[in-house]
Amino acid sequence: MTELAATDPLPKPKRDIAPVLLPVALALLVIPLIGSTSSWLTLTAASLAMGMMIFIMASGLTLVFGLMDVLNFGHGAFIAVGAYVATLVLAPFAASIQADSLWMNLAVLAPAALLSMAVSGALGLVVERVLILPVYGQHLKQILMTTGGLIVAEQTLYALWGPQIIPMPLPTSLRGSFILGDVAIAKYRVLAMLIGLAVFIAIQLVLNRTKLGLLIRAGVENREMVEALGYRIRRLFLGVFMTGSALAGLGGVMWALYREQVHASMSDDLTVLIFIVVIIGGLGSIGGCFIGAILVAMVANYGGFLVPKLALVSNILLMVAVLMWRPRGLYAVTSR
Amino acid sequence: MMILSGDPPRSRVLTLVLVVIILALAATPFLFPGAKALNVAAKICVFAALVASYDLLLGYTGSVSFAHTMFYGIGSYAIAIALYGMGPNWAAVATGIVVGLPLAALLALAIGLFSLRVAAIFFAMITLAVASAFQVLASQLSWLTGGEDGRSFQLPELLRPGTVLISKSLLGFEINGRILTFYLVFAVSALMILALLRVVNSPFGRVLQAIRENRFRAEALGFRTVFHLTYANCLAALVAAAAGILNALWLRYAGPDTSLSFSIMLDILLMVVIGGMGTIYGAIIGASIFILAQNYLQSLMGVASKAASEAGLPLLPGLLHPDRWLLWLGLLFIASVYFFPTGVVGRLRNPAGGKSAGRSH
Repeated sequence: MTELAATDPLPKPKRDIAPVLLPVALALLVIPLIGSTSSWLTLTAASLAMGMMIFIMASGLTLVFGLMDVLNFGHGAFIAVGAYVATLVLAPFAASIQADSLWMNLAVLAPAALLSMAVSGALGLVVERVLILPVYGQHLKQILMTTGGLIVAEQTLYALWGPQIIPMPLPTSLRGSFILGDVAIAKYRVLAMLIGLAVFIAIQLVLNRTKLGLLIRAGVENREMVEALGYRIRRLFLGVFMTGSALAGLGGVMWALYREQVHASMSDDLTVLIFIVVIIGGLGSIGGCFIGAILVAMVANYGGFLVPKLALVSNILLMVAVLMWRPRGLYAVTSR
Repeated sequence: MMILSGDPPRSRVLTLVLVVIILALAATPFLFPGAKALNVAAKICVFAALVASYDLLLGYTGSVSFAHTMFYGIGSYAIAIALYGMGPNWAAVATGIVVGLPLAALLALAIGLFSLRVAAIFFAMITLAVASAFQVLASQLSWLTGGEDGRSFQLPELLRPGTVLISKSLLGFEINGRILTFYLVFAVSALMILALLRVVNSPFGRVLQAIRENRFRAEALGFRTVFHLTYANCLAALVAAAAGILNALWLRYAGPDTSLSFSIMLDILLMVVIGGMGTIYGAIIGASIFILAQNYLQSLMGVASKAASEAGLPLLPGLLHPDRWLLWLGLLFIASVYFFPTGVVGRLRNPAGGKSAGRSH
């Protein structure tokens, strides 16, 4: 070991670069399989957009687990609630959605998304206080309680909105694609990518550049130590839980627009998907969650193009492969 | 006591309730005429065994599996596909059993080896993912499984309702193939529950409980926890698949709604929690309460919903609609996890409310 002078910078932690290369390698690997560059570019853009949306939905789940050691099986409910709440705004203003003006469309979309986030966040507050607070530290009961919460939320949505599928058309200005040469990239996907990247960067900045983020990361590492230093970690928990729920709500709106429909059962399907993502990424890791989301989306898009039959089980195969390589996920953050 | 493996109900009221349930089930064909009562009784038998096998996992090892309906479905589909493809004969029944049970056990082994090595929470998530993939697979492979429609099939001659074994003139009621099938379901379910009781009271079962209470300590004592957990997972899967076989035989049908859907998984969870985790007896109680409520209370909800809509109340008709049955179940589920973590059996055994049982970390 070399001696360090006081003025020397601290040795940098080793960067684990292999997982980052994984999606890149996967993308490059499929080029010869797909054959045409233009369809490859379209598929890659689709994967990135889908991956960003999944990331937005899953980030809250993985943070909540990392910080609070709570696995929220009801996370999917926030997604569905977000999507349904958005319909409350979008339905009465259908005219502005139809209008062929980007600003008019956004003037309706943005409040809808904000309202969804607010409602999901508020619901997160209720869920944390009512369902999760009594069972901190008891995994079995957490799973049971939050599963119960998922059922209640889903059924309430059915009772309030009815069991039918609600259409959620994309705003006119977001329809169609950007054409670059012979590559077509859907406009909405570009928007989804931008929002996803913004959320990812914002989370990374908050986690790595602010005191709040420092406390959250410290809480993930060692909760008791943070408490011993005099910080009210319960508040931190609640804040992270609500943020995660709000992000899930935002993801729900984006997903609903992507699919152009809303249905309460979306919470079930997406719960499974985001679980796979956070398992692949390593429970508690934001970076892992980001890569996991892109990987899942890539496998879904490339797989759906190359071997449509495989698409049914491709996620499971991906998860198995990743866990064979790293049994605790791409980035093992927590020691639990 | 031998037959109960030295683990009696340990409560007078509980014993009485159990005896009443079992006698009522055994005498259903004679006491309660009509197809509905017999269907309900058969369903209680099947689910008592299914829930007991789930209790082996949830109550005794403390691991939450969401793939139990998958094993149940494997059993159902194996027998249905065999009888559908090979015609109504006993060779097909045997084929279904010989294919279905090992398939379920192998899959459970694979999942167990894969996910039980790490935290229990992983197991819950991975079983959920695998089960949902299986569900999609079953509905997509329609050439094999019949897709969303499922597979209807004919039973072998002996088990058909038309087969009269003892005519009405002899005893006062007719013993036909349907009643024989019911007793087959009843007897096999009872045997499986007794076998599970034997398992949980064996040294193996004690190790499972030790793992539930403190996995690290159990490992330090020299038990190979992964082996024990995987073994328990396989046993539970076997019983679940057998219950699935019984269910398919009774319904003469296997489809996604009756054997694979996520709502059955929730039903099972609810039955275990209501009955009492980690007791096996809880399965019988939970299944009886739940299925009786499902079959008879749901129609009551319809009446209430109608009354509410006639009274012009807002929202209530929607909330009380029989289709929203799950909403109330979910609320009941949360309430019972929170207030009665030991379930009916725990309450009856320890009326003061023993909060220590059924808890795991």
